[in-house]
Amino acid sequence: MKASQPRKSGTVIAEIVTAIIFLLFLFPFLLVLINSAKTSFEVTQYPLALPTRWGNLIDNIVKIWTSESVRYPNSLLSSIIITAVSLVLINVFSAMAGWALVRTKTKTSSAIFFIFVASMVIPFQIVMFPLLSWFRTVTDVTGIRLLRTYQGIILSYIGFGAPLSIFMFHGFIKSIPLELEEAATIDGCHKHQIFFKIIFPILTPIQATVLVLNGIWIWNDYLLPLLVLGKGNDVMTLPLAVSNFAGAFVKQWDLILTAILLAMVPVIIFFLFAQKYIVKGMVAGAIK
Amino acid sequence: MTKKTESRVVFWAFLAPVLFAFIMVMIIPFFLGSYYAFTNWTSSARVDNGLRFVGFKNFTNSLKDPSFLYSFGITFVYTILNMIAINVTAFALALLVTGNLRFKNIYRVGFFVPNLIGGIILGYIWQFIFNNAVPSLGTIIPALSFLADPDKLILGKNTSALAAMIIVGTWQYAGYIMMIYVAAIENIPQELIEAAKMDGATPWIRLKAITIPLCAQSFTVTMFLTLVNSFKQFDVNVSLTSGGPSTMLMGKPILGTELLALNIYNTAFISNKLSEAQARAFVFFLVLAIISLIQVYVNKKKEIEL
Repeated sequence: MKASQPRKSGTVIAEIVTAIIFLLFLFPFLLVLINSAKTSFEVTQYPLALPTRWGNLIDNIVKIWTSESVRYPNSLLSSIIITAVSLVLINVFSAMAGWALVRTKTKTSSAIFFIFVASMVIPFQIVMFPLLSWFRTVTDVTGIRLLRTYQGIILSYIGFGAPLSIFMFHGFIKSIPLELEEAATIDGCHKHQIFFKIIFPILTPIQATVLVLNGIWIWNDYLLPLLVLGKGNDVMTLPLAVSNFAGAFVKQWDLILTAILLAMVPVIIFFLFAQKYIVKGMVAGAIK
Repeated sequence: MTKKTESRVVFWAFLAPVLFAFIMVMIIPFFLGSYYAFTNWTSSARVDNGLRFVGFKNFTNSLKDPSFLYSFGITFVYTILNMIAINVTAFALALLVTGNLRFKNIYRVGFFVPNLIGGIILGYIWQFIFNNAVPSLGTIIPALSFLADPDKLILGKNTSALAAMIIVGTWQYAGYIMMIYVAAIENIPQELIEAAKMDGATPWIRLKAITIPLCAQSFTVTMFLTLVNSFKQFDVNVSLTSGGPSTMLMGKPILGTELLALNIYNTAFISNKLSEAQARAFVFFLVLAIISLIQVYVNKKKEIEL
């Protein structure tokens, strides 16, 4: 009994310390919430006070929802389309490529895999300016518009997301026994059937990781949409919209913070539903 | 179709979509970009017209530009300090939330949440905190009245603004790194700790002799992860300080917290020197390539030791 006494008080102290750090960590989000429910005057005078009228929150949300420079409904929709389509395509295409690279043992195959892995070192900064002029050239030659369009940004996300995704699928597929596929071949399965009917379903755990890692990156990305989509475009992502708004309405913190709140809500809701997968996926992604 | 041709057709068909996108947005721009760094490329120039090879001129011009030299230096300072701050915080948090706490799962989630929000949005939140909330704290608490002095705003001075960026970087990233440490700590065999307790090892000795050595593998991962991510920091830099406040170096006005990624961006779009920005991006790439080579080397060495 005596031995457990000090340990218990230690646990209580740890619990209190952790709880305080926890509250400090989340305090910025609380500030966003309470200041979204204030008038412009209140925000600058009493940023730490509770709002006098929570109804202001609704007023501010309506202002942001209908604001011409945020165009929230439009931006939310664009963000969802870009993230969802890119994710589906990255997931399927990278899994296909990963499988083809593992199951084909030629020099070309290993060379291609090596290039994908090596390319992970390349920072976006060295490709971003030539990417824009190259996209313009492609449009001049083929007439297909890539800048300021969905197809351009989705193509970019597939290209930039592929190396890490292929690397992860590659690692996972290596551990799947070949006998499984040989048995299917004997039963008369074609190669593509083997992949889509047998392999792809087995990949679910690694698919979750790939989706989470790419999803968080694409949803929050700022620089690529800024360059490829540009400002004042019909296709606009949420981070871009918030930054445009903050740039145009400097110091209008009541509205900027409301825009921020509205930009965070979809992520938080999604996280609460898929929490387990997100944390697992991100840790697995880092360790590999 | 013979078996062999079928395999070859399937191989290329399965690779085609990814290869197409990858070549379009990575390979071609990478080689174009590496080439442009040595030319007089401007924003109006297309791939083929009016380009002239200028050798290392863009590089030597960059090295003569105080803003680039300053950015380089400050990026290293920021990277090292940020890396230390994140990892120390993350490891401490990991130790706390792997202990015997009642709400440890809620704590873990809470610490992790900032990581889900984009850097651009986090930067604006903290700009509000440093410019409005903190001074307001100074007016409420008399002992902290210096915080309310408009001349002493945290984002108004170079060193404190850099510290602010490290605070935000740590807040954003520590929860994620914590999760990696949590995974490592939970992998430590419980018997080891029990045995150490039996032998009368204090928590501090258990930490030094068991927990830290057994987490060594994950330290390599987290160190390089935070190193590379800090070095590439852009979003928080844009929305928190926009590179400011301005200051003077070698007789020229420069931005006091402009990290390399932002310096590259500003060189292209504000100073309108596209080929010079490209040269800086090339240097940026070389530094990252060297870091990665060191990482591969360290990992290889570790594997041999194991």
